[in-house]
Amino acid sequence: MNKIQDNRAWFLVMPVFVIVAMSAIIPLMTVVNYSVQDIFGPGNRVFVGAEWFIDVLGDRRLQEALWRQFLFSGLVLLIEIPLGVMIALTMPKRGWGVSATLVLIALPLLIPWNVIGTIWIIFTRPDIGLFGVIVNALGLGFDHTASPLDAWVTVMLMEVWHWTPLVALLAYAGLRAIPDAYYQAARIDGASAWAIFRYIQLPKMRGVLTIAVLLRFMDSFLIYAEPFVLTGGGPGNSTTFLSIHLVKIAVGQFDLGPAAAFSLIYFLIVLLFCWLFYQALQSVGTGDRA
Amino acid sequence: MAHVRLDGIAHSYSGGAAEADWALKTLDHDWRDGGAYALLGPSGCGKTTLLNVISGLIIPTRGRILFDGKDVTALPTEARNIAQVFQFPVIYDTMTVYDNLAFPLRNRGFPGPEIDRLVRQVAGMLDLADDIGRRARNLSADAKQKISLGRGLVRPDVAAILFDEPLTVIDPHMKWKLRRKLKEIHEQYRLTLVYVTHDQNEALTFADTIVVMHEGRILQVGSPQALFERPQHTFVGYFIGSPGMNLIDCRLDGETARIGEAAIPLAGALKGAAGTAPSGALRLGIRPEFLTLHDAQGPGRVEVAIRTVEDLGNYRIVTALLGDTALKIKLDEEAPIPADRAWLAFPPGRTLLYHDDRLIEASP
Amino acid sequence: MTISLSDVSLVVGAETWLSDISLDLGPGAPHVLLGPTTAGKTSLIRILAGLDRPSTGRILANGADVTGKSVRKRNVAIVYQQFINYPSFTVYENIAAPLRRGGLPRKEIDSRIREVAALLHIDALLDRLPAELSGGQQQRTALARALVKDADLLLLDEPLVNLDYKLREELRAELREIFARRPSIVVYATTEPTEALLIGGRTVIMDAGRILQSGATAEVYKRPATVRVGEVFSDPPMNMIAGRVAAGRARLGSSLELPLGRHLAALADGPYIFGARCGHLFIDRRADDDLAIPGVLELAEINGSETFIHARHEETSWVAQEEGVHGLALGQPVTLYINPRHLYAFDDAGRLAAAPSGG
Repeated sequence: MNKIQDNRAWFLVMPVFVIVAMSAIIPLMTVVNYSVQDIFGPGNRVFVGAEWFIDVLGDRRLQEALWRQFLFSGLVLLIEIPLGVMIALTMPKRGWGVSATLVLIALPLLIPWNVIGTIWIIFTRPDIGLFGVIVNALGLGFDHTASPLDAWVTVMLMEVWHWTPLVALLAYAGLRAIPDAYYQAARIDGASAWAIFRYIQLPKMRGVLTIAVLLRFMDSFLIYAEPFVLTGGGPGNSTTFLSIHLVKIAVGQFDLGPAAAFSLIYFLIVLLFCWLFYQALQSVGTGDRA
Repeated sequence: MAHVRLDGIAHSYSGGAAEADWALKTLDHDWRDGGAYALLGPSGCGKTTLLNVISGLIIPTRGRILFDGKDVTALPTEARNIAQVFQFPVIYDTMTVYDNLAFPLRNRGFPGPEIDRLVRQVAGMLDLADDIGRRARNLSADAKQKISLGRGLVRPDVAAILFDEPLTVIDPHMKWKLRRKLKEIHEQYRLTLVYVTHDQNEALTFADTIVVMHEGRILQVGSPQALFERPQHTFVGYFIGSPGMNLIDCRLDGETARIGEAAIPLAGALKGAAGTAPSGALRLGIRPEFLTLHDAQGPGRVEVAIRTVEDLGNYRIVTALLGDTALKIKLDEEAPIPADRAWLAFPPGRTLLYHDDRLIEASP
Repeated sequence: MTISLSDVSLVVGAETWLSDISLDLGPGAPHVLLGPTTAGKTSLIRILAGLDRPSTGRILANGADVTGKSVRKRNVAIVYQQFINYPSFTVYENIAAPLRRGGLPRKEIDSRIREVAALLHIDALLDRLPAELSGGQQQRTALARALVKDADLLLLDEPLVNLDYKLREELRAELREIFARRPSIVVYATTEPTEALLIGGRTVIMDAGRILQSGATAEVYKRPATVRVGEVFSDPPMNMIAGRVAAGRARLGSSLELPLGRHLAALADGPYIFGARCGHLFIDRRADDDLAIPGVLELAEINGSETFIHARHEETSWVAQEEGVHGLALGQPVTLYINPRHLYAFDDAGRLAAAPSGG
């Protein structure tokens, strides 16, 4: 389209340029800068090329954290997406129940991340927490500060409790956008409830579920606050996910070079996986059969 | 295939009992087995409500609906053996054309070879055979609408197929092809078809019998010709035809109808009927096509003033004033139009009388 | 005020949306842009409104170049296909909106709103919100907003296409009268030949981004310059059949023969395309020299007062428009008749070679 030219329009675009530059481009360039140099002090730096990258990739602790991270994000997706869809399917479609349910479901989303951690620490404590006491009373011996499995369970619970509502809300919005005619046609075609879900609701939710998968993957892959508040990455290294490990390197050991290289790799992994998910979900059920 | 009978059907969405609350006001109607019907009316006339009553998506507040004499009022849609084509194409996005067509049969547990035979037969008839392996979502709107129709046709037990303004999203140049396809299918299968539309062109082209609805009532049931030539109600006269029927307030004076000072002679048969009409608003109705314009006085002609002439290529629409009343006259492009003074003739056989909007039937 | 476009083109990406549009627009009679959906009517309207800038070419208003001038500086009113109103304003406020900027006295604004509302028969609805109106009433409100500000240029882009046909019928007749009384330049885009004929004035036939023909509406209708114009400015499209003229006789298709008289007498020997409007084909013989076209009925379309009879003769589909309502069965044999005096002839490049006298 050949729009009318008016150079004053640049003033409207300027703020976005400034914000993007400040928030993304400049910090990212700083990181790139750190990742290829060894810095001893102001004015005292050495170009080291890919050395930090090779270092970091060979670090066993980091590799462990990476696999831990994939396991965690995979579990999050496997639990939250189906659970969110199930919740959305059971939510009322009209009447006063709609707004009541929406508020209830959205509540966990309104709580700050570190507060969530605190809530769950108390909730699952074996001595005073409601959950911890009950589970221990059942003879299961639950203690997230001592058992890696229990720590994982607690982090998962936190994550699922906190974020499944988001998936549910997105899925609900997707379901509400399906015109009534589809349900009527399906009834006329004699479709079962499962067939309606499989052939109408699921395909029509693809768009919102793509967004849900991307958001939940990115978010869970970058998880920091919850395990940090809960156990600081322990017991041992059992809940040391990538970002916790990164902070340990950068802040704890002040190894800025490796930390910067690691950050870039981390960023590229997230980008790559988001792209893969997006491509996969977009191509499901489209195109002609070859 | 089935004969569908509406017995005292009435429906109110709000549950209120006041006149205005009833979307459908007590309807009785028989849908003949194998008939092609159109439900025609402006938006809000209740035609979609009636369609949903037949399909079972709405349970009517009052009355019964019978398929071949069997009361199905309380039966859900899936138990009624009807099929429906909606305004917007409803297809199963992830399935191929074949799987879309096979879907209703698979749901009903038909054996595989039987499904294959029926699906291929219907695909062939709808000219979808070449696309049978393609994803349905990649097809054009008209092909999708044919798939919607095909999912109804494929069922050997289907009693009636209902259409809810199915050509809304179809390109104009494709519309007549689809209309023709529907006609062919009706001739071949003789299914009971009910077609809801606000478009007279679609209704009259598609159906043998048109049911004209207005404000929750059935005003007339008849052939396209009957709706055009003898509208039973002034609304039908106005709604069918472009421009619609001229409707003029008049009073009776012996054997003529008087409009102001002008006297319009009536057909022999109408004289007696009109004489017995009780008091009430009388209107004279005549189609623009039937009025004739002359440049000289003659028996039964009334003088008019010509206001505008619209040239529409093949024909012209003349607006003429008879006293204060504007009348539309449709003339062939080659018919002469008088220059200054003009006289209008009302052919008696084509001039109809309405009492309180209802046609006064002439007893022969 | 007059507006002229000279050699205006619009290229978007690799596609040419408009090419070499030259057009003079003035007040006095509405200008109808008639063409199929992708003809470029909306692009042209957007350029006229100043919403888009042409790739090449100039736009002159009263002789002054306004090519790059934005819509806000031009005195333009637009009505779109969609009913566009401010959802939170009443009908009154909607109509008032374009006047608010002008700094008119309150009483003047009020009287102008009531006048235009009365003209469009929405004076009883002034306190309602758009959501409480029918489609026809919403479009009347949008029209009122366009009419109230006495724009120099009034642009209408298929304003009736989303309305029921009865409403369309009523509004068309009203619009014609409203346009006749306005001093502004009116440009009215439509895909429907009937609408062009009803609005009258002048017609510009567009197809694939080009102007095919322009002139007084009746004149364009009676003398379509090309085959394509005949197809576009005819509903249903003009019947066309390839033929050949030799020794004072014409052969249409493979079996129809007729002697050439009247307007066709001067045709030189060679290949032609013959055209006939459906309104000139009948299912009964009306004159001795009528050409009989035997065929098979494909469909009888009934639009309320007329029947369109689609019949196939050899490889060609013919459409005849018959007055009144006729029920005909599919597949039955039907013979259509046309009098040679109604035939158009186009040469093999598609240009008009002979047109019936008087249409």
